[in-house]
Amino acid sequence: MTDLTAFGAPAAKGQAKSLLSLDERTRKRNAAEARFRLLGKAAVAFGIIALVGLLASILSNGLSSFQQTYITIDVYLDPAKLDPSGTGDRAAIAKVSTFGYAPLIQKALGDAIAAKGLASEGLTPKAVGELISKDGPANLRNYVLADPSVIGKTVSFDLLAAGRIDGYYKGRVTMESAKLDRNVSPEQLVLADKLKEAGILVTKFNWSFFTSADASDTRPEAAGLGIAIIGSAYMMLIVLVLSLPIGVATSIYLEEFAPQNWFTDLIEVNIANLAAVPSIVFGILGLAVLINFVGLPQSAPIVGGLVLTLMTLPTIIIATRSALKAVPPSIRDAALGVGASKMQSIFHHVLPLAMPGILTGAIIGLARALGETAPLLLIGMVAFVKEFPAGPPDGFFQPASALPVQVYNWTQRGDPAFVERASGAIIVLLVFLILMNLVAIILRRRFERRW
Amino acid sequence: MDVSIIILGVLALAAIGYALGRRRAMSLSAERGRKLHSLPGFYGQTVALITAVPALILLMLWLTLQHPIIDGRISGMITDASVPEGGAHSLVMADVRRIGDGLAVLREADAKAGADVDIKALDADNIRSRLAGAGIALGADVPAEVFEAAKAYRADIDFSQLLMTIAVLALAIGALPLAYIRIDPELRARNISESFVKAILMISSLVAIMTTVGIVGSLVVETYVFFTIYPAQDFFFSTVWNPQFRGGSDLGILPLLWGTFYVSLISLIIAVPIGLMIAVFLSEYAGPKTRSIVKPAIEMLAGIPTIVYGLFALVTVGPFLRDWLAQPLGLGSSSSSVLTAGLVMGVMIIPFVSSLSDDIINAVPQALRDGSYALGSTQSETIKQVVLPAALPGIVGAVLLAASRAIGETMIVVLGAGASAKLDLNPFEAMTTVTVKIVSQLTGDTEFASPETLVAFALGLTLFVITLLLNVIALYIVRKYREQYE
Repeated sequence: MTDLTAFGAPAAKGQAKSLLSLDERTRKRNAAEARFRLLGKAAVAFGIIALVGLLASILSNGLSSFQQTYITIDVYLDPAKLDPSGTGDRAAIAKVSTFGYAPLIQKALGDAIAAKGLASEGLTPKAVGELISKDGPANLRNYVLADPSVIGKTVSFDLLAAGRIDGYYKGRVTMESAKLDRNVSPEQLVLADKLKEAGILVTKFNWSFFTSADASDTRPEAAGLGIAIIGSAYMMLIVLVLSLPIGVATSIYLEEFAPQNWFTDLIEVNIANLAAVPSIVFGILGLAVLINFVGLPQSAPIVGGLVLTLMTLPTIIIATRSALKAVPPSIRDAALGVGASKMQSIFHHVLPLAMPGILTGAIIGLARALGETAPLLLIGMVAFVKEFPAGPPDGFFQPASALPVQVYNWTQRGDPAFVERASGAIIVLLVFLILMNLVAIILRRRFERRW
Repeated sequence: MDVSIIILGVLALAAIGYALGRRRAMSLSAERGRKLHSLPGFYGQTVALITAVPALILLMLWLTLQHPIIDGRISGMITDASVPEGGAHSLVMADVRRIGDGLAVLREADAKAGADVDIKALDADNIRSRLAGAGIALGADVPAEVFEAAKAYRADIDFSQLLMTIAVLALAIGALPLAYIRIDPELRARNISESFVKAILMISSLVAIMTTVGIVGSLVVETYVFFTIYPAQDFFFSTVWNPQFRGGSDLGILPLLWGTFYVSLISLIIAVPIGLMIAVFLSEYAGPKTRSIVKPAIEMLAGIPTIVYGLFALVTVGPFLRDWLAQPLGLGSSSSSVLTAGLVMGVMIIPFVSSLSDDIINAVPQALRDGSYALGSTQSETIKQVVLPAALPGIVGAVLLAASRAIGETMIVVLGAGASAKLDLNPFEAMTTVTVKIVSQLTGDTEFASPETLVAFALGLTLFVITLLLNVIALYIVRKYREQYE
């Protein structure tokens, strides 16, 4: 210390320098340190804000799709209109198109309004009828065709309100926007408010969002995810059934049996490559080979399932190999020592111990496959599908949709109501993904072993 | 017969074979008073595997190959006369297939109604109404020749299915007794059954190679077809992308490559610094508790499906950028823009950069840091002047991997970047990328003879080659670097 005072003094002339006060350079360096640290925190904050913003945007746009506005009215199923021949014959009743049912609903709504003593100022009966979705008549027709004996009775129906009316209660449609809108008028919104007060128009949980099929451009209120959920489930089934055995078999071969030669090198390089190929290229593969060459049907879950299987394989192989590697050699040696063959030591001892790791990898691979969109667009999964596919295995070959593709499909439509539907579908998709990841995490925790 | 029924049948035979084989092995050993070479189950397995595996392989091969072979046969039946003006042979073939499939539906419907209809008795005149009655709409009038081809197609498919059923079941039924009589206590059943299993394991590992062959094969073949009808130099060097339905399209890849490059660049400008800073913060500053929360949260960004980002770009980011930046600055009025897609994609690839860099920064030996601290450096100086330079090659590799991810990304650009192909510098303009055009050229009604459709394969090949090169270089750098400290 004496040296310091002796040699350090000339620099700071006359200034008494305390060791506790920092000089200019140190202060600068410390400031730089603080800035750098802050930069790191800012980057982390950006990432987390982006995540939160993303989720918040999807939730705020999509949560409302789980609610739907319904109009409950008693409809008189007029035999004169629905069964003009009076025979009660099914074929004759089926000849009445949905247009034949629309006036019944229009009249029923008019009657309900009159019964409650509400005024529908400035609205024609037709405009009043437009409060109810165009889906209503079709629903009514299906109901009658299912059981023709109801003709002549008065039945209470929960009918979907028109998309714009529904949007009014979700904040998408306002009085101002209604003035400019050809599909809805402010007077109709006033009437809807009156109906709501009278209890005819109610907003309740939207089960049909999960069960019904997609609907046409003009009926966003009727569009549902039913076929997309089934299609996704079929594809996941195919991916699981194919990619898990093939992936595990490949991993066992490479990890336990394969000699080190050019052939196994080739396989390894291929697997690493496949993991990095853009997903859309797999779609091209499906289109060119599976649809055009092998002749599998377009838009079918079997093609989507096969394409996604090929995409998922690298993930499963990589996870399985590390799970196999984690099983200590002493287990294998012990099995071989008591006379088991190599195959027995693997299938009876190593594989069961590696199973939790393999399953975790499989679930993560499946989760990725569930959210994949681009390759499915190319194999025609984007087509409009109205009919539910049959049960497996026939259903694998029939047209279906898939959750992410349904989202894409809805974003391509004009009516803003479909954006709500798309966001709602994404919430469903994310819930599935979170559930799958939870299972993977629990599996890993539950079976995690230290050797 | 239905394929699933054939498979079930073969499996049932295999199960019977297992039971029979096992029992025979046991009874023979008891009879002759000899010990079995293997456990009894292995004798069963041997019979079951010999019964099922060849039959199932035959089934798979048949299903894969019957379509192309029949197509080839039927194609020859259609003369140029029945190909309409300006149409293509492949379109007529699509008609043939559709009518052929329709005939099967018709037959099934008739069978359900109790009627017995001979398909051969139908003719081109009444087929239209009959098919419409079964729920299949036909477009234009069906020429007699096409209809004849469709009937032949149906007959061929029926015949092939029948032959396949017989062949597969015969193979399984024939193999079963052959395997059964060979059973003997001396037979090394375990070795046989295990070499079967090993062969199955090996065949499984060929799937990866076959996938690659399929990808490269289909891309190269269709691209070759494309270049026979569209000049390659126009594709690679033309700056105009303007596909027309009626032919005479300009299909230059340059505007698409420019869009791809521009979007990827913006996303990397966002993702690389932020991802790198996150990695530095997590590996050097954050305590274990912060790390255990922040790291999974950031990695969640990588687990979210890209369609979610696409919707986010379309609904939230695009309109926001338009209303708050582009319009006030007078730079554009489109809600889909290069900046929208780039920004959102940047967020998506942050975790790729941060996870990989995190690994690489952690791999820098502590001794280097300690040495730097000993010389009096602050922590940030150590990071900037010692850790990051040491980790640089690995970080470059991570960035290249992120770049290849950005170039191949589809859904975000489909929903965020727009579809107009142009060479422009303004980031608020809608532009388009290679992946967007692959989607738009291949969705909808596809006809596989026009350059407008085939160009998608050339685009796909270009994309495949670019991302493959980037990946190979990146993996090479990352691997080479990692070995240095070990």
